[in-house]
Amino acid sequence: MTSPSSQSSVAGASIDARGWGWRHAGRRAFAVSGLDLRIEPGERILLLGPSGAGKSTLLHALAGVLGGDDEGEQTGELRISGSRPDAARGQVGLVLQDPDSQVILARVGDDVAFGCENLGVPRDEIWLRVADALRMVGLDLPLNHPTSRLSGGQKQRLALAGVLAMRPSLILLDEPTANLDPDGVREVRDSVARVLDATAATFVVIEHRVEVWRHLVNRVVVLDAGGGVAADGRPDEVLAIQGERLAQAGVWVPGVRHALPARHRMPGGNGGAASAPLLEAQNLAVARVKGVEVARAIDLRVQPGAALALTGPNGAGKSTLALTLAGLLKPSDGRVVAGPDLARGASASPIDWKSRLLLTRIGTVFQDPEHQFVAGTVRAELSVGPKALGVADAEIATRVDRLLARLRLDHLAEANPFTLSGGEKRRLSVATVLASAPRVLILDEPTFGQDFRTWQEIVILLTELLDEGTALVAVSHDPEFVAAIADDRYRLDAPVPVVVDR
Amino acid sequence: MSTVSATIAAPTKNGIDRVNPVAKLGAALVLAVVLVLTIDWVSAAVALACELVLFLWVGLSARTFFTRTALVWIAAPATGLTTLLYGKAAGDVYWSIGLIQITDGSIGLAIATTLRVLAIGLPAVVLFITVDPTDLADGLAQVVKLPARFVLGGLAGLRLVGLFLDDWRALELARRARGIADGHLLRRLAGQAFALLVLSIRRGSKLATAMEARGFGAPTQRTWARISPFGWREWALIGLGLAIALLAVGVSIATGSWNFVLA
Repeated sequence: MTSPSSQSSVAGASIDARGWGWRHAGRRAFAVSGLDLRIEPGERILLLGPSGAGKSTLLHALAGVLGGDDEGEQTGELRISGSRPDAARGQVGLVLQDPDSQVILARVGDDVAFGCENLGVPRDEIWLRVADALRMVGLDLPLNHPTSRLSGGQKQRLALAGVLAMRPSLILLDEPTANLDPDGVREVRDSVARVLDATAATFVVIEHRVEVWRHLVNRVVVLDAGGGVAADGRPDEVLAIQGERLAQAGVWVPGVRHALPARHRMPGGNGGAASAPLLEAQNLAVARVKGVEVARAIDLRVQPGAALALTGPNGAGKSTLALTLAGLLKPSDGRVVAGPDLARGASASPIDWKSRLLLTRIGTVFQDPEHQFVAGTVRAELSVGPKALGVADAEIATRVDRLLARLRLDHLAEANPFTLSGGEKRRLSVATVLASAPRVLILDEPTFGQDFRTWQEIVILLTELLDEGTALVAVSHDPEFVAAIADDRYRLDAPVPVVVDR
Repeated sequence: MSTVSATIAAPTKNGIDRVNPVAKLGAALVLAVVLVLTIDWVSAAVALACELVLFLWVGLSARTFFTRTALVWIAAPATGLTTLLYGKAAGDVYWSIGLIQITDGSIGLAIATTLRVLAIGLPAVVLFITVDPTDLADGLAQVVKLPARFVLGGLAGLRLVGLFLDDWRALELARRARGIADGHLLRRLAGQAFALLVLSIRRGSKLATAMEARGFGAPTQRTWARISPFGWREWALIGLGLAIALLAVGVSIATGSWNFVLA
C-alpha cells in the first residue's frame, strides 16, 4: 500500500506516438494524422497549435476516453509507458476546460474520492489521498462543503485534486483556465505549480495563453494543422522561431502584440458631450431572481458611438446589469430609460417593448453563444432577426452573405451552429445580432476563452461599429480588451446580495 | 488514520437523519402497500394516529413539517371532495345534481380516502425530506446492491438539474433578445424545450467523459469511500412501519370494516 506522502513516489509515464492518427466517425478529415512523438517520463509539455490541429483529440486519446471503433478510426499506434491508453486508465488524469461539467458529486470530499473508488482503492487509503490531494491544490474546505458553491477556479482545482488522488503517472490539462477570470487563472496556475513540485508525473497542458504556463514547462510541442509536429523544443527557442506563425494561428505568444485598429470617430461627435444618450440608467437596482438585488444605485449613460465597459469582481452583478440595460430583465428599482433617438415611437422603457422591437434597437450577445442559437444552419441562424422584422427575402440573402464574409463564416453557411469551434460560435453569435443592425449592442464577456486571432477580429469589428455610431456596452474581465475598446468604465464592487421586499 | 474516515462516515446528524435512506424507503413502502389493500376509514385513521404521534420524535420543527407537507394537506381533502361528489352511490341520497350525488356511501368513501392519502403521504414526505441523494445512492448500491453504474450515473445526472434551470432562464432571455418571443406561447415553449434538450445532452455527454476519465466504468472492482450502515436503527424503522401497518389492519378486521380492494 502506498503511504500518504507518496505522490512523489509515482514515476512519470512515457508517451510514444508512431504514425498515430484519429478520424472521428462521420467526419471526412482526420483530426490528427501522422503524429510521431516521444515524451520522456517526467517531462512537462506545453502543447500548442492552431485550432483544428487535434490537440484535444490527442489528450482525449491519451486519457483513453476517445471511445472505441464505432466512434472513430485509428491509424498507427499510441502507447503510454508501453501499453495501450485504454489499459493505462487510472494512470492518466485529465482535467477539461468547462468547470461545470467536471463536478461529479455534491460534496467536495466525495468528488475527490470518486476516482479512487473506481480504481478499487481501499476505503481508509482513499480518505488519506483525498486530504493529501486537497492540500496540494490548496482547497482548504470542509469535506462536506457543497460543490455547487465553488467558484470556477475552485471547481478546476477540485477536478485537479480528483485526478491527483488517483496518483496518476501522467497529468493532462485541456485548456484548464480558458473559462476562468484572471483570479481563477492565477489560482489554478499556482495549484499546478505546487503539484508539479510534489510529483514526478509527466505533464501535458494545452492552452492558447502561453504566458500562463511557459515557466512551468520545459518543452513546447507545436502540432501542425496539416498533421504531425510543426515545432518541438525548449520554450524560449520554439517561441523565438515560431512566435509570429503561432500568433497568426491564434496562440497568445508573449511579446507579440495585437495590431489595434484606429478609431476614426470619437464619441460625443462635434466636440463635446452634446449628443443625447441612447440609454440611461437612473438610480437603477438589478436582480436576476426577483427580490434578490445584486447591485443598486446605478446611474449611467450609453452614448452613440461610445463604448462603456462594465467591470468588477465575480458576482458583483455585471451580467445582471447588462441584461437589465438590454431590456431583458425587469429593473428591481429605478429606471432604464430609452432616449427618443432609440425608442423611435416605442415607450421609454425597454422591458415593456415587444421582443421584435428590441431587434433594431438593442442587441445582446450572451456569454454562452449556445444559449442564443435557434436554427439548424449558420445561414438560417443569421436570417432569424431580419425575418422577424419582415425584411424581404432577397434583402435578407444579401445581408446574410455580407455578414458571412465579414466574419469569415462563409465556408460554414450550411453547418449546424452547435458543431462550430469556440471561436466560430463566438463570431456567429455576434453576427446574428448584427444582422438586424441595432443602435445599441450589449456584450457579455465577448473575448472569454478566445484565441489571439478571434480576439483581434472581435476588437476590429467592434471598432468599426463604433465608427458607424453604434453604442457598445461590454461586460469584461479582460483588461486588454477593456483598454482597447472602452471610452468609459463603470465598476461594480463586491457583491452584497440583499433580499428586499418589493 | 481512522480519524479522517470517521469524520466522513459519521457526520454530525441526529434523529431520523442518521437512518439509512434505504430503510426510510422500505418503511414508507411497507405502509403504502398495506394501506392500499383496503378502502376503509378505520385502518387509515389508526395508521395516521400512530404516525402523528411518531412525528413528534422526528426532530422537525412545526413550521418545516407543515411547509414541506403542505401539498399532502391540500391533496388529501381534494381527493376526498372528488370522492364525495362522484363516489359510488349507496344508502341515503342527500343531494343530487346531474352526475353529482352525495350519498351515505360516498361520504364514507370520502373520509376513508382523505385519511388514506394523509396516512401514506405524510410519512413518505417526512422520511424523504431528510434524505440526502448521495446517501441514498450509497444505500441503493451497497445495501440493495443495485448496479453502481446505474446508481452513480443517476446521482451525477441529478446534479445537472440546477444547471438546467439556469439554462432555461438564459434561453428565455436569449429568445426575447433574438426577436422571436412574441409568438404563440405554446410554440415558443416547445422550441425552448427542444433547445434545452440539446444543451442537456451536450452537458450530459461532457459529464460522462469527465466520469470516464476518472476510471468510471473500468473493469476493476469498485470500492466505496463512504460506509452505508444498515443496523438495528434501520431494522427498527422498518419494523415500526410494519407494526403500524399490522395494527391498522388488525383493528380494521376486528371492527369489521376491512374492505379489500380486490374483493
